Amino acid sequence: MKRLGSVAVVAAAIFAVAIPFFLKPYGVYLISTWAVLTIAAIGLNLTLGYAGQVSLAQGAFVGIGAYTVTLLMQAGCPYPLAFVAAGLLCFGIGWILGYPALRVQHHYLAFVTLAFTTLVFLVLRNEEWLTHGTYGISGIGRPTLLGWSTVSARSFYFFCFGMLCVLAAATWWMLRSPWGRAFVALRENPLRALSLGLDTQRYTLMAFAIGSSLGGLAGALYAPLVQFIEPGSFALGLSFNLLLMVIVGGSGYFFGPFVGALIAVLLPEWVRITEGYYLMVYAALIMLMMAFCPYGVLGMVERAIKAATRRNPSSPAPAAVLGVEGTRS
Amino acid sequence: MPGGSQARAPMASFIQLLVSGLATGAIYALIAVGFTLLWQTSQTINFAQGEFVMLPAFFILASMNWGAPFWLAALIGIALSILVLGLLFKLIIVDPMLRHGVLPLVISTIALSLFLKEAAKNFYSSQAQPFPALVPSVDLHFFGAVVSTQSLAVLAVAVVTVVALNLLLNKTRLGRSMQATAQNPTLARILGIPVRRMVLYTFLINGALVAIASILISPIYLAKFTNGETLGMAAFLAAIIGGFNQVRGAILGGFILGILDNLSAAYVSSTYRGAFPLLILIAVILWRPQGLLGRVEERTV
Repeated sequence: MKRLGSVAVVAAAIFAVAIPFFLKPYGVYLISTWAVLTIAAIGLNLTLGYAGQVSLAQGAFVGIGAYTVTLLMQAGCPYPLAFVAAGLLCFGIGWILGYPALRVQHHYLAFVTLAFTTLVFLVLRNEEWLTHGTYGISGIGRPTLLGWSTVSARSFYFFCFGMLCVLAAATWWMLRSPWGRAFVALRENPLRALSLGLDTQRYTLMAFAIGSSLGGLAGALYAPLVQFIEPGSFALGLSFNLLLMVIVGGSGYFFGPFVGALIAVLLPEWVRITEGYYLMVYAALIMLMMAFCPYGVLGMVERAIKAATRRNPSSPAPAAVLGVEGTRS
Repeated sequence: MPGGSQARAPMASFIQLLVSGLATGAIYALIAVGFTLLWQTSQTINFAQGEFVMLPAFFILASMNWGAPFWLAALIGIALSILVLGLLFKLIIVDPMLRHGVLPLVISTIALSLFLKEAAKNFYSSQAQPFPALVPSVDLHFFGAVVSTQSLAVLAVAVVTVVALNLLLNKTRLGRSMQATAQNPTLARILGIPVRRMVLYTFLINGALVAIASILISPIYLAKFTNGETLGMAAFLAAIIGGFNQVRGAILGGFILGILDNLSAAYVSSTYRGAFPLLILIAVILWRPQGLLGRVEERTV
């Protein structure tokens, strides 16, 4: 069964590498968006799925990352340096925001982060000397890395997909380190984790800051992908959308954000045949999905596998297939 | 408005701002009270609350297009709102998802807000629609301050609604049963209170409150499908600042927000007027997370 999971991941990766050769430029743009948003959603999944804290700030971190990269590049800074700076800045801001915010938890953290996102939007809109306000910044160039130009849509997709693979692997490795196991302990039972001597506040803060920096890195890819940034793209809507991706995919499942981002990016496009009603159809489908599989797509798959193995007790535990640590509560 | 205020005495313009702030605050309070009622009885964080206020205006406009006079259209709007945003919302969206915890329902209400916005745009209009005012707009002069009859009418209707709701909640058996349901559903059930019906009543009350708020705010903002975004945010902030689990907290929060919004836009910075409520929110959450008038929620293990 575990092998089945690995086969599925390898097959999906091969598909992701082959698919841009069969798509029109708009399709390549969409899957690049998917790769970028998946990175941000992986970050939010750390905060929400593993550390169990609802954050509505992830969209703001994507925005901070996008503006950091753009402004640094305009000042003549090379892209790789600006990319790292975006991640570090968001790590720092995440830490500073999380330090007081995590004293209050659960829905209160959602409220503080919601306020933070709106404040970031106001600053981006109003500080015109820095951000050009509502006009936004256009003509953002795509970088040339080690002599490889990413100007074409397809090569930029490969760059985004490559970064997704690197960052996902780093997250996977981190979740298997003693640190990551502490994150999981936090999610499963924070009181027990505390009584076992874990410094829960410190680990929660760490998860939040790392999640934020992944949001910033996603933003650093978003700016050269769209080549135009404006404050409205990073308002509350994006944070809501990222939260939707994590929950629809299956929060706390490692591959949840991949599936959730795929649904959130592609589903509206598929229902475009309904013309002006496509956002209504999309919203209705999300509500249906939440009613019938509230634990997300991967949660439903896990349940289906569990039900199947109950009938066939010789198979090993299904959790291993999805890379799940412990049982979801 | 700040533009015309320089000519008059500072005190007079302050009074003007205060009255219009109280009027907007009263509307925010209505929306916030509904929001906290849903949270208290069913742990529903309704991210579509702003759209709930946007929609009844379109019910009313549609009824008027069918030829109904304004008063009848308003009644139809309130009735439809109770039916659709109260009863159907509870039966179709909240009930099937409650047992799965708070988060799936949060996502569902976010999707619902998108759905309602798009529905109003597609089935009515994407343009802002003029909406009839409750009373003809006449400027009254008090000691040099100019106060419009509209602000006073809004304030009066909102205050009457809030007082009536408070009487219902505190002075009647039904209201006390609803409060008991909100505070401790298990104990309420043991005492023989029909908990499920009480929860349903709060949804119906919310449907009525958002419809009244819609009638009050639409003449000022015009009826537009995007109205819910700012209104929902205002209600949300008011509820948290005042106290998420108390009706009087939501009322206080609504008034604070309305007055602050008007005063800060006039005296400090109009581009950052939206930032002040957020800063207060952050301050309140850090120093008094349960809100100014809220109860501390007990920790459950």
